[in-house]
Amino acid sequence: MEVAVVLLIGLFTTVAVYLLLSRSVIRMLLGLTLLGNAVNLLIFVGGRLTRAVPPLVPANVYVPEPPFANPLPQALILTAIVIGFSMFAFLLVLGYRAYQSLDADDTDRMRLAEPEGGPNPPLSY
Amino acid sequence: MDLSLDIAIAMVAIVPFLAAAVAPFIHRVAGAATGWVLAIVPATIFVFLWGFVGPVSEGRFVSAGIDWVPSYGLTLSFFVDGLALMFALAISGIGTFILIYSGSYLKGHPHQGRFLAFITAFMGAMLGLVLSDNVLGLFLFWELTSVTSFLLIGFDHGREKARRAAIQAIVVTGAGGLALLLAALLLNRLFGVWDISAMIGSGLDLRGHGAYGLVLGLVLLAAFTKSAQFPFHFWLPNAMEAPTPVSAFLHSATMVQGGVYLLARTTPLLGGTDAWFVILVTFGGFTLIWGALAAIRQTDMKQMLAQTTLASLGLLVLLIGLGTEAAFLAMALYFIAHALYKAGLFLTVGIIDHGTGTKDITRLGGLRDPMTATFMAAILGGLGMIGLPPLVSYIAKEEMYLALASGDPLSLAILLVLVVGNGLLAAVGLAIMIRPFMGPLRETPHPPHEGDVASLSGPLVFGTIGVLGGIAAVWLGESLVAPAASSIANVAYESHIKLIVDPRSVLFWLSILTWAVAGLAYWRLDALRAGLQRLAAAPRWSFDQGFDAVMFGLVRGAAALTRLLHHGRLELYLVVFFIALAVALLAPLYLLDGLPALPPMPDLTFYEWGVMAVAVAGVVTVVVARRRLFAILALGIQGLAIALLFMLFGAPDLAFTQFMVEILSVVILTLVMTRLRLDHEDPRPLEDFARDGMIALLCGVGVTLLMLRVVSLPFEDRLSAFFATYSAEIAHGRNIVNVILVDFRGLDTLGEISVVMAAGIAILALIRSQKRPAPPEQPLVAPSGDASRSAP
Repeated sequence: MEVAVVLLIGLFTTVAVYLLLSRSVIRMLLGLTLLGNAVNLLIFVGGRLTRAVPPLVPANVYVPEPPFANPLPQALILTAIVIGFSMFAFLLVLGYRAYQSLDADDTDRMRLAEPEGGPNPPLSY
Repeated sequence: MDLSLDIAIAMVAIVPFLAAAVAPFIHRVAGAATGWVLAIVPATIFVFLWGFVGPVSEGRFVSAGIDWVPSYGLTLSFFVDGLALMFALAISGIGTFILIYSGSYLKGHPHQGRFLAFITAFMGAMLGLVLSDNVLGLFLFWELTSVTSFLLIGFDHGREKARRAAIQAIVVTGAGGLALLLAALLLNRLFGVWDISAMIGSGLDLRGHGAYGLVLGLVLLAAFTKSAQFPFHFWLPNAMEAPTPVSAFLHSATMVQGGVYLLARTTPLLGGTDAWFVILVTFGGFTLIWGALAAIRQTDMKQMLAQTTLASLGLLVLLIGLGTEAAFLAMALYFIAHALYKAGLFLTVGIIDHGTGTKDITRLGGLRDPMTATFMAAILGGLGMIGLPPLVSYIAKEEMYLALASGDPLSLAILLVLVVGNGLLAAVGLAIMIRPFMGPLRETPHPPHEGDVASLSGPLVFGTIGVLGGIAAVWLGESLVAPAASSIANVAYESHIKLIVDPRSVLFWLSILTWAVAGLAYWRLDALRAGLQRLAAAPRWSFDQGFDAVMFGLVRGAAALTRLLHHGRLELYLVVFFIALAVALLAPLYLLDGLPALPPMPDLTFYEWGVMAVAVAGVVTVVVARRRLFAILALGIQGLAIALLFMLFGAPDLAFTQFMVEILSVVILTLVMTRLRLDHEDPRPLEDFARDGMIALLCGVGVTLLMLRVVSLPFEDRLSAFFATYSAEIAHGRNIVNVILVDFRGLDTLGEISVVMAAGIAILALIRSQKRPAPPEQPLVAPSGDASRSAP
C-alpha cells in the first residue's frame, strides 16, 4: 500500500515543481503548498504505513501492543504542517503587498533589487 | 637551548607589533615626542642584536624558537646567522632614526599615532622576515610586510594616487607572496622539514631534482615582485605616494630588500646553476640600467631616488647571481652602503621638501646657506652614492669590480654594465648633492628653513657611519660582511676587505672610469634628461598602464560574470535549482545501481482508492484550472484528501491539523484573490511549457523512484520503538505523538512556535505598512512602506 502513496507523492511533486516554475507569484504559492504536502507524505511513507491504529498507549499497560502507527513521522509532520502554514500565510501577504506596490504578479517585472543590466562597477581606485 | 634566549629572539619580531598596538595611546599622551619614545623599541633590539655580532663572526649561529602549532610539528623558529644579523641590524638601526624622524615629519598630523603604529608593525614584520628559519614563518612575515606596507603607502588615503599605489603594491607583492607559499610547501614536501637551516644541512641536492625548475620559478617570482625587478618594477616608484619616512625605510633596509634577502637565503639551496646565473644576472643587469636611466629622467628628487633604488636592487640581484666569493662579499658590503646612503638621502630630500615646499630639482638652488646642516647630510649621502673613498660604498664598488676581474668576455660585458650603471647612479648622487644647494638662491613655495634635530639626526648619523665604516673596513669585513657572505654561500669565508686606494690597481682605474661616466652624465644632465623624457613618452603603453588594464579587466570580467549568473530572473534560478534537484535524485540511483524493482500492484481497499482518486483529481485541477477560484478550491480538495489519508493510516492528530490548516488556507487565499485582478491564464509559451514540464516530470519521477527504493528496504525502527516504550513510563503520557512534541522534543516545538510567532509579526508589519500612503514623489515601483518610514 506504500506504493500507491509513493506514486501520489510523485504526482504531487511533479505538479508542485511545474507550478513553482511559473512566473506568477500566486501560482508559485500554490506550488509551494503542494510541495509541502508532498514532503509531508514522503515523511509519512518513510515511517511506513499501518492501517487505522493510532500510536496511543492503552490505559492499563506501559507499552502498546504492535501493530500501531509509527509516532515519530507524525510528530515531525505535525510541526511541518504548522510551519508550512505560517510560511504560506507570510508569503501570501508578501505577494499581496508586492502586487500592491509594484503592480505586478509576474516575477520578471519585479526587478527593483536586481535591475536589468545593473550599474557598471567604477573603474578607479 | 635555554628558554630565555628562545623567547628573547622571538620577542625581536613580536615586540614591535606590541609597540604598534599601543602606539596610538602613547601618541595621545606624548604627542609629537612619540617618535622618540617609540624609537626605544628598535634601539633596544639593535643593542640586543649587536651582542650576537661577536659569536656570529666566529662562525657560530644562534637558532631559537617557540612552539607554534605543536600538533603539526610547527615551530616559529628563528635563526641568527651572518646574513640575518646584517639585515636585522640594518632594519632596527635605520628604523630607530626613521621613527624619530617620523615624529617630527608628521608633527600635527591628525593620524600621526596611526602612522607610527603602522610603521612600527612594518618594522616588526621585516625583522620577523629576516630572522625566520621556518619557511612558513618566513611566508607569514613576508605577507605581513605586504599588508603593513599597503597601509603605509595608502596612508594618505584621501588621494586616489595613494590608494592606487597601495593597491598596486599589495597586488604585485601579494601575488609574489602566494608564489612563496607554494615554494614553501614544495620545499617542505621535498625536504620533509620546515626549517631552512635544516634544509641546507640535509645534504639533499635540489639542483638535480626534477622539481628544481618549479621551486626556482616560484622563488624568483616572489623575490622579483618584492624587490621590484623588471618586469615587476612599476610598483616601486608609485610607492613614493607614501610619506617620506616610509619611502626612506622601504627603499633602504626593508620591503624591497625582502626579495634580495630571499635570494641570498635560498642561494645554498637553489644557486650555482646556469639557470640561476643567467636569470639573475640578466634581470638584475637590465633592472640596473633601466632604473639608472629612469632616475636621470626624473625631476622630482624623491622619484629620482626611487628609480635609483630599482637600479641598486638590480645590482644586488646581479651580484647574488654571479655566485663568487667576491660577489657575495660585494653584495653584503653594497647592501650596507646602500642602506645607509639611501635612507640618508631620502630623509634629506624630505627635509628639503618640508623646508621649501618643493622637491623638484629644477626649481631649487642656493640652499647651502639657509640649510647648511641639510647640505652636510646631502653631501654625506651623495658621496655614498658616488662611492668616494673612504666610504663603505667605495669599498663595495671595488669589491664588485674585483668579482668580475677575471677578464673573460662575459665578465667584461657584465663589468661594462656595472660601470655604466654605477656611473649613472653617481650622476644622480651628484645632482642631488649639488643642484639644490649651489648656485643662486631660487624662489621656493615657502622661504627655506632648516630641519630640526629629530629630522637631521638620521641622515647625519647614517652618513657618518658610512664614513666610519669605510675607515674601519677591516673590522666591518670581519664582523659583518664576511659572516653574511658566508651564510649566503654556506662556506666559511675569510674577510680580505680593507680600505686601499692603490693607483697601480686596475680596480682603482675602474672607479675612476665610473666617476668619469658620472661626471659626463652630470655635465650633460639636462640634455640627457630631455632626451630620455622624449624616449619615455614615445611608446603608448607602459607597465604601469598595463597594471590598470589588468585590474579593470578583472573588474569588468567579474561584472560580466555576475550578470551572467546573477541575472535577476527568478524562474531561471528555479530552473537551475530544479534541474540540479532532478540530477541529485536520479544520478545516484542510476550510478549506484539503486533503481527499485517494479513494485507489485498496491492492495488498497475501495475507500482508500477513493481518497487517492480525490487527491489526484484535486491536484490535477489545481494545475489545469482556467479560473483561479477553481484552482484554490481544488487546492482545498487535495488538502482534505491528504487529511483523510492521514486519518486512514492511523494519524488522527495530523488529520485534524491538516483539516484546519487547509480550510484556513483556502479562506485566506480566496479573500486575498478577490482583491487582486490577475490574469486568468497561465501565460506560459509553448517552449517554456515543454521545458518546465520536462523538469517537473523528472523531479517527480526522481522522488517516486527514490521513495520506491526507500520503502523496499528493511525499516529501522529503533527511534520509534524508543518513543513507544518510554512514552507512558518516563513522560507519563499515553498519546505518543503528543509526548514527543511537548516532552521528548519539546525544544523543537518551542522553535516551531517561535517561527509561527515571527511569521505573525512579519505579516502584521506588512499589513500595517500598507496603511501609510506613499509620498507622492515616490515612483510607483518603490517599496512604499519601508521607504516612507525610513525617509527623514
